[in-house]
Amino acid sequence: MSELTRRLLLAAAAASALTAPASAQDTLKLGLVAAMSGQSAKSGEAIVRGLSIAIDEINAKGGVLGKKVELLVRDDESNPAKGAVAARELVQREKVVGLFGGLDTPVSIAIVPFANQNKVPFMGVWAAGTPITRNGVAENYAFRVSAVDVLVDKALVDYATKKYATKKPGMILINNPWGESNEKGLKEALAEKNMPYAGIEKFQDADVDVVPQLTRLKEAGADVLFLVANVAPSSQVVKSLDRMGWNVPIVSHWGPAGGRFSELAGPSSQRVHFIQTFSFSGKLSPKAESVLAALKKKYPEIKSLADVTPAVGIANAYDAINLMTLAIAKAGSTEGPKVREALYALPKYEGLIKTYDKPFTPANHDALTSDDYIFTHFKDGEILPLTN
Amino acid sequence: MLLISAIVSGLAVGSMYGLIALGFHVTYVVSNTVNFAQGSSMMLGAVLGYTFGIKLGWPMPLAVATSLSLCALFGLVVERTLVRPFAERGSNAWLMATVAGGIVLDNVVLFTFGKEPRAFPSFLAQKPIDLFGAGVFPLQLIIPIVGIAIAVGLQIAFHRTRLGKALLAVVQNKDAARLMGINVGSAIAFSFALSTALAGLAGMLIAPLFSIHSEMGTLFGIKAFAVAILGGITSASGVMLAGLLYGLIEASVTAFIGSTYTQMIVFAVVIIALAVMPNGLLGRAAVKKV
Repeated sequence: MSELTRRLLLAAAAASALTAPASAQDTLKLGLVAAMSGQSAKSGEAIVRGLSIAIDEINAKGGVLGKKVELLVRDDESNPAKGAVAARELVQREKVVGLFGGLDTPVSIAIVPFANQNKVPFMGVWAAGTPITRNGVAENYAFRVSAVDVLVDKALVDYATKKYATKKPGMILINNPWGESNEKGLKEALAEKNMPYAGIEKFQDADVDVVPQLTRLKEAGADVLFLVANVAPSSQVVKSLDRMGWNVPIVSHWGPAGGRFSELAGPSSQRVHFIQTFSFSGKLSPKAESVLAALKKKYPEIKSLADVTPAVGIANAYDAINLMTLAIAKAGSTEGPKVREALYALPKYEGLIKTYDKPFTPANHDALTSDDYIFTHFKDGEILPLTN
Repeated sequence: MLLISAIVSGLAVGSMYGLIALGFHVTYVVSNTVNFAQGSSMMLGAVLGYTFGIKLGWPMPLAVATSLSLCALFGLVVERTLVRPFAERGSNAWLMATVAGGIVLDNVVLFTFGKEPRAFPSFLAQKPIDLFGAGVFPLQLIIPIVGIAIAVGLQIAFHRTRLGKALLAVVQNKDAARLMGINVGSAIAFSFALSTALAGLAGMLIAPLFSIHSEMGTLFGIKAFAVAILGGITSASGVMLAGLLYGLIEASVTAFIGSTYTQMIVFAVVIIALAVMPNGLLGRAAVKKV
């Protein structure tokens, strides 16, 4: 190497060393830790889409605090340990000023203590596990724009009572911590109404045949089934019911929304009424129209409404990042404690799911309440709202 | 009602375990090795069947034949790259190598086939028929018939045909078999191709009752290995019988005791059965000559 080229290289290195930190200062970094691979990868994709559409809009209006917003995405592979490491890396190395969480409750539960210690606002946009936001920490930095299991379970029981006048519901739950958390919530919600239940049956992700469990519930006199499971296992329940020829109403948590439920479960998928926070179907608000148009433009693979599932991931993420950036703008700072205070004093914000009016208080870190839940079902591959 | 539905469910699911377990049996009797990627081979059969038959819309017989050939080809690759290099050196590393091979295949499929579970619709699994008051899909009656037919066929092939006897000769004494004019390498390779094709067939038979995704074979592979050991891995009919029994126990425990206890009780039964009958249901005691 000649002396000249070496000098040139050194100069270039020195110049980039000087400019690199400066350019990093130019953006406001936000981090997402979610499942980008594996069975739940579709959820991570939906969250990224919701966040990206919102960021494009925010940046088109000049960004936040005079800086463009930048999203850094890390894959947690649905693994709590990997999620915790990713959150640490985002905060300590990349200096993100806020974190967003994904679909898996155990991952979010692993990240929240770190966020609280380091005073970095964490915003859950999917995982519904009750203790994510209700964690008993005095200085709590965990917020959420999504459903909460304990409220969902109440809503499921209310719906079954109002719509089907249930006297003795049965539960068919996936055998994992999510199923367990809802077993607890459903039992409490039923106890409040002094309602007995026909039985609690568990099944595995890989179970081909759920007829034995369902037959037990049928013999015990179940008049409605509460279903808690992801897409594939939920469809095994529906297929097994088909085989038994048992026409019992099914009231479900939002698992079926996570994929191609109507393809997997066939025509009977319509029978499953499940909870959602948002749907792009039916008559849309102008806001929803514009977000849908932006989605189709940015992601050409979205051709019909069947391709914007799971809509909850997109909508929750969209509203959450808007609330977060509004708080940063109001705080006039990216310091965690100031942003947290600003989240308690947000201006009125017209979002995708609803108009948020003081969504957070020190006592309540969940922006959505049971009034924001809607019941939906699949029809021809599309999630359609049901009217009561 | 509870009893009938438990029996029907148990026999149908059990024969699927049996079919995959027959794949373990086939390679074991020929080469004393097994392919722990059997669960993934089952998944491969279902994924290929879906790709050719549903996505590309080929006629079903052609799609099934092509998928089975490709599954057999996968078996050949497994034998050549993951088993033979280790077994020839007398090492047991083929055990870990085939497990790893299965994980690689699962992830390749995740990457190429996609992350979302898909459906494999079939007219054999749409309208249930009434069987003593319990609903059954026609496919659930076909699977046990196919499984038992294959088990009986293998039993006959191994003990009554020249090719079968040649295959069995390989495991007894490789050198003697070679001197008798048997191509030992091809015999073992053939057994692996047959075993993965059986798993692929199981995958395609199960697919309409289940959903297709890259991890669908994992638990099936584990249960099928338990079934193979339980049946006495050296006997085809023992393996099939163990599959049916395993399915029946699983369904009855769920029906009469409750699903919370199914895995605990079933695997405990496997352990107890092996303690009482160390060679499995119909297996012969292996005599180790020193």
